[in-house]
Amino acid sequence: MSGVLMVEAVVLNAEKVAPDHYRLALHAPEVARAARPGQFVMVRCGFSWDPLLRRPFSVAGVDREAGTVTLLIRVAGRGTALLAGAAPGQALNLLGPLGRGFTLPAGGEFVVVIGGGMGLAPLLFLVRELLARGCRVRVLAGARSRAYLFLPEPAPGCEVLVATEDGSAGRPGPVTVLLPSVSPEVRRYYACGPREMLRAVAAEMDRRGLPGEVCLEERMACGVGACRGCVCRVRRGGNVAYAAVCAEGPVFPAGEVCWE
Amino acid sequence: MRPRLGVRLGRLELKNPVVTASGTFGFGREYAGLVDLTRLGAVTVKSLTLAPRTGNPPPRLAETPAGMLNAIGLENPGVDWFLAEGLPFLRQRGVPVIASIAGETPAECAALASRLDRAPGLVALEVNLSCPNVARGGLAFGGDPAAAAETTRAVRRATALPLIAKLSAQVTDIVAVARAVLEAGAEILSLINTLPGMAVDVHRRRPVLGNVFGGLSGPAIRPVAVRAVWQVYAALSCPIIGMGGIMTALDALEFVLAGARAVAVGTAHFVNPRAADEILDGIESFLVEQGVADVNDLVGAAHGPQEK
Repeated sequence: MSGVLMVEAVVLNAEKVAPDHYRLALHAPEVARAARPGQFVMVRCGFSWDPLLRRPFSVAGVDREAGTVTLLIRVAGRGTALLAGAAPGQALNLLGPLGRGFTLPAGGEFVVVIGGGMGLAPLLFLVRELLARGCRVRVLAGARSRAYLFLPEPAPGCEVLVATEDGSAGRPGPVTVLLPSVSPEVRRYYACGPREMLRAVAAEMDRRGLPGEVCLEERMACGVGACRGCVCRVRRGGNVAYAAVCAEGPVFPAGEVCWE
Repeated sequence: MRPRLGVRLGRLELKNPVVTASGTFGFGREYAGLVDLTRLGAVTVKSLTLAPRTGNPPPRLAETPAGMLNAIGLENPGVDWFLAEGLPFLRQRGVPVIASIAGETPAECAALASRLDRAPGLVALEVNLSCPNVARGGLAFGGDPAAAAETTRAVRRATALPLIAKLSAQVTDIVAVARAVLEAGAEILSLINTLPGMAVDVHRRRPVLGNVFGGLSGPAIRPVAVRAVWQVYAALSCPIIGMGGIMTALDALEFVLAGARAVAVGTAHFVNPRAADEILDGIESFLVEQGVADVNDLVGAAHGPQEK
């Protein structure tokens, strides 16, 4: 819990990036400085008690010099609709950075980053940090169609392969059709996306003996491990236990998660 | 002059009337980086059981209009962990601690009470007679005056600590349950626990919660909670910790005026981790503005002078 901030972030803009999807840029310098890839923030949706709870969002990017934090928001209900409609200059109460982020390699490893749909959000931030560390990054990005693809900015050392379920961009099919392109020189993988996708990715990578981390999503209330509302089943030292996704995750070693 | 904020509930003395509600503030440590824990009247920790409990299968949460459902199922690391780690953490920081206990039988509740009886740092014990999310214990004995009294009596015999009984409003006659537990040795009542509820996922055509039912909390239940405090205070004039959807100082004062001597802040922490702190400040400002010298002067005041 050390280093968690509660700040009024100022909305810089809310840009529609796909049907029902918005990129929210916020001015929150302390959060931008402190956030690590895989961590998230919890945002209040307004000033009333309805909707009541904060909404959790992965940090999709930071600009530490400009003091900005970028979030990717899918409008799924009233809370996210309020955030998507936030006007520039409006203040949003932000709690974060929260949770345990991705473990970054010390230096220039060859890694693969696998994301489906909104699962690309934390990975966009991760890819930038990996490249800054001199890693060679292969991104496998999946979405239902071209309009929903959230891709990292082109950069040297970063190669992006795409799959869409309707075949409108890249290989047709789920992102898992790209898994055969993971070459033997890859040292580790990072994944985020729908649970079924993560389960398939983890199973395939386990077969290859490739270690990796997955970023999970769950409904949350407190965001700090107090309410025990967002648990997932994990295997630790031969025992199965519930871990709080907010505080012990959202990033877990892939081998720890019980997928069944 | 600053108004007097100290309150006394039977033998329990608090430096101010704002405490945390069990289950919404973990063991305090989760919020230690964000909140000054020492400011609060007391921290009520998550309900403890004899053995560690894994809790219910997820999903455990659902948001509802101005409220939320939870079905945690009393997940907690157990009383031994609490005595070895949870309690010392709070005690070292000078935080007054109320331990909440939950058992499946009166004997289990009594065993918990005797384990905690002499623990340094505890100012009171709260027996959770009303958790809606467990099959045995909880509401099963919180709903029936005789069963609630039996558990209270067993706990009373096992501890010398000030004893709080936490009741549900999901009963035919809350005054009857309140009277029974007071006669059995409870000194203070916590009113109210979450109310049983459920939500259905229309797209999946299944219950939202893994446990099907959950406990409803938040502003949605506040009128029910205020009513319960009013009824029990009117009938029994006993010390009450009022809770249920308190988000602001004015919400807290509603409970005080209905008869609560202290208030517990719960779900509000999920919206604002500093809610209890801010509510305490707000109560003080209200007293100053209204020229009230002592918060105790407002307890039950909405009943009119004849009830005081």
